[in-house]
Amino acid sequence: MSKFTAVENFSRRDVLKLFGASGGALMLGASGLGWSPMLAAQTAAFGEEQRLNLFVAIGEDNKVYLTCHRSEMGQGIRTGIPQVLADELEADWDKVVVMQGLADKRYGSQNTDGSRSIRKDYDKMREMGAMARQMLEQAAAERWQVPVTEVYAKAHAVHHKGGDKRLSYGELAMAAAKLPLPDAKTLTLKTPDQFTQIGKGHTIVDMDDMLGGRAIYGADNRPEGLVYAVIARPPVFGSALESIDDSAARKVAGVLDIVTLPIPKGAPAFQPLGGVAVVATNTWSALEGRKALKLSWSKSANDSHNSKTYLGTLKQRVQEPGKVARELGSQPQNWPQDKIISATYTVPYLAHAPMEPPAVIASVDKNGCELWASTQTPQSTQENVAGMLGIDESKVKVNVTLLGGGFGRKSKPDFSVEVAFISSKINKPVLLQWSREDELRNGYLHAISAQYYQACIDDKGKVQAILSRSAFPSIGSTFDSSVDTPQPFELDLGFTDIPWDISAVRCEAVKAESHTRIGWLRSVSNIQHGFGVGSFVDELAIANGKSCTAQWRELLGKARVENFANQGFEYGNYGEDQSRHPVDVGRYLKLIDRAEALMAQKPAGKNEGWGFAIHRSFVAYAAVAIKVRLDGDKLTVVDAIALMDAGTVVNPDRVAAQMEGAVMFGLSLALFGEIDFDKGAVTQSNFHDYPLLRLPQCPPIATEIIASSAVPGGVGEPGVPPVAPALANAIVAAGGKRYRDLPLSKHLKI
Amino acid sequence: MTSLKINGRLFTLDADPRMPLLWALRDLMGLTGTKYGCGAGLCGACTVHVDGEPMRACLTSIQSLEGKSVTTIEGLADDKLKDSWRRHKVPQCGFCQAGQLMSAAALVSKHPAPSDSQIDEAMAGNICRCGTYTRIRAAIKDYQGKQEAKS
Repeated sequence: MSKFTAVENFSRRDVLKLFGASGGALMLGASGLGWSPMLAAQTAAFGEEQRLNLFVAIGEDNKVYLTCHRSEMGQGIRTGIPQVLADELEADWDKVVVMQGLADKRYGSQNTDGSRSIRKDYDKMREMGAMARQMLEQAAAERWQVPVTEVYAKAHAVHHKGGDKRLSYGELAMAAAKLPLPDAKTLTLKTPDQFTQIGKGHTIVDMDDMLGGRAIYGADNRPEGLVYAVIARPPVFGSALESIDDSAARKVAGVLDIVTLPIPKGAPAFQPLGGVAVVATNTWSALEGRKALKLSWSKSANDSHNSKTYLGTLKQRVQEPGKVARELGSQPQNWPQDKIISATYTVPYLAHAPMEPPAVIASVDKNGCELWASTQTPQSTQENVAGMLGIDESKVKVNVTLLGGGFGRKSKPDFSVEVAFISSKINKPVLLQWSREDELRNGYLHAISAQYYQACIDDKGKVQAILSRSAFPSIGSTFDSSVDTPQPFELDLGFTDIPWDISAVRCEAVKAESHTRIGWLRSVSNIQHGFGVGSFVDELAIANGKSCTAQWRELLGKARVENFANQGFEYGNYGEDQSRHPVDVGRYLKLIDRAEALMAQKPAGKNEGWGFAIHRSFVAYAAVAIKVRLDGDKLTVVDAIALMDAGTVVNPDRVAAQMEGAVMFGLSLALFGEIDFDKGAVTQSNFHDYPLLRLPQCPPIATEIIASSAVPGGVGEPGVPPVAPALANAIVAAGGKRYRDLPLSKHLKI
Repeated sequence: MTSLKINGRLFTLDADPRMPLLWALRDLMGLTGTKYGCGAGLCGACTVHVDGEPMRACLTSIQSLEGKSVTTIEGLADDKLKDSWRRHKVPQCGFCQAGQLMSAAALVSKHPAPSDSQIDEAMAGNICRCGTYTRIRAAIKDYQGKQEAKS
């Protein structure tokens, strides 16, 4: 076991000391780490004996092998995590090889959603890098027989102070790996002015593989003996297979087998929906075989679900009081009645539509299950597959491929559970491909929603009280069928947590039962809440004869840290301590000032208008300004500005890319996004009726990251929520109507 | 038996001649760089060149390709275009980028300095969900390597 000395020396007590008792970050263990198949050739020079800790190994080839334990889905995390590690390690960037971590609880959470990878792992990764650097320094000091205070690591080597002695990391690796892990207290971390990698806009490490068509996604591995499957799932949530005639399907050339999936029990969670899998020698034969199936489905309680009718119901319900989620100051009956402004906003169901629909390979045999999964949640994949197969989690090996987009869809491991079940029935490696139609019709949708906002304004035009109500089927219903009201963890996303400088505030949750699997989509309920509040503030501004930015300044008040606890409101704050990630009004104000200045540089022309919105989510602050032109009822988005204060950023180029992408994601949902249900089933099927933004519709986008030394906040999601309201506000500014019901394609030509 | 010329090599396939090229490439030939995104010619993720013209592999049967020359992302030789993509750091998740590059390569082979409207026309069929359009436009415009890269 000498090979694993370093890892074994890393005791659980040390871990707790390092990361705090609640962190539970890194667990003990000595098994090796896997790596992405695409990198297998590159990792030949690396052995477990050269591992300095869970995240850092150094090869005799003088390369450093850094593990990324989070999933890459376009946000650049396979570059960002290694940048943080390499910085403290004093590694040369061109000698870094990135390895993809398997599902492994020793890493702590690998859950790649909630814009949390850098925000949660930044300190941990710095410590891992510093720990390895200190071991290299110790090894050099021992080799030279000098005190460790006389040596220092710089640029991929350890140097002797005042002398010309120098040892490369490769030369020290074996000796360093045998040393005990240093005590966290002895680690000296760099100051920001010493950073060599953090703050650099490095090119993503997978660039060449992507440009050459060699990058490996969920459907791209080809294990020996692979067969291909698609599944016919129940069209209505809650219905089950009643009868099957597969005689024609079995005659389709290439079809090998038909497998019936189990009927889910209770709340859906991550269970397969049931249905019938067609297994074939290639994907096309499987698709053709599926067309030939004759299936009938049982009745469901959701057979009558019609989303247009349901949206009407929710709009009605938000006119009436709901369950109080936050209240401040006087009761509504005592609010000033001089002038009341109110409005109701709706957002339809939305689908994730990553360019890669769910795709995964599983191979089950008597020893266990190996998966190659396009997953945001490797550990949840491991747990749920083990649960389905009735085997121990240690028998489930999850290789994480690149994701062709995730947006929250691939946080749900249902597709991995499906493929593992199929493979276990036919004892072959199986590639399960979801078609685009499957993805739009059988996913975990973003909830349909309605919101009501009311403001009471005094005779001086000052807002004295704000009432807001939010109704949407909760994500909670996916895990507990009795949940029929938005939950605090969802209301905390841009609804209850606006730091109004207003004496009376009331936020209410309104009942909305679910009729399909509700999931989380990039920025989650901030989507509808950002649209509601961002539109309403603009409506107030117009009513009060102010600019939108001036109205926001007035409503937010002076720069301060908002203390919700003192107001009797228990705020979730994305799981972060408010002392570390406060709700800081000063940071809002900085963005408002900057956006105002940038808009002024490009004044709106004839039939044009700028719209503005600002939103804090995932402990970062984002402001968006959109300029549109209206030619009759033809809408053109002509310009966009995206500003973000996400605290310290690791890779500014990837942060800018996320901001650009967030604008486009927000434009897609605001302009076109709509999933409808009729008779319980989704009516859309592909990109012709669920359109996404295309290149000619995309405006130039200027991005700006506000310089900040605050701890890192989220990046992937915060840019999305302000886009839709900024767009709706711009239409009004350009002389158009106020649209309160998304998508805009229902009202205007795009 | 269907004979196909892919990236300069001849393949003989024992497959249903109606099979779309996309699945023949991916599942029979192991050329997985060409991606499935919609199966209906709506997203462009599967774009390949047939005799130099961009085509959707998901809608092109293998029998229609007898005697024609197919180029996939694995065989795309336009390093200048890839360099421009690299300079502008275009990809995010990367999944649609093979299709984007194939569409862009067909465009710049005819118009090395295309206008905005030519770019719009050539690239409108390729969806990118991550939102790389502004960089795709910049990379195509910078094909000749005259612009400064975005940092």
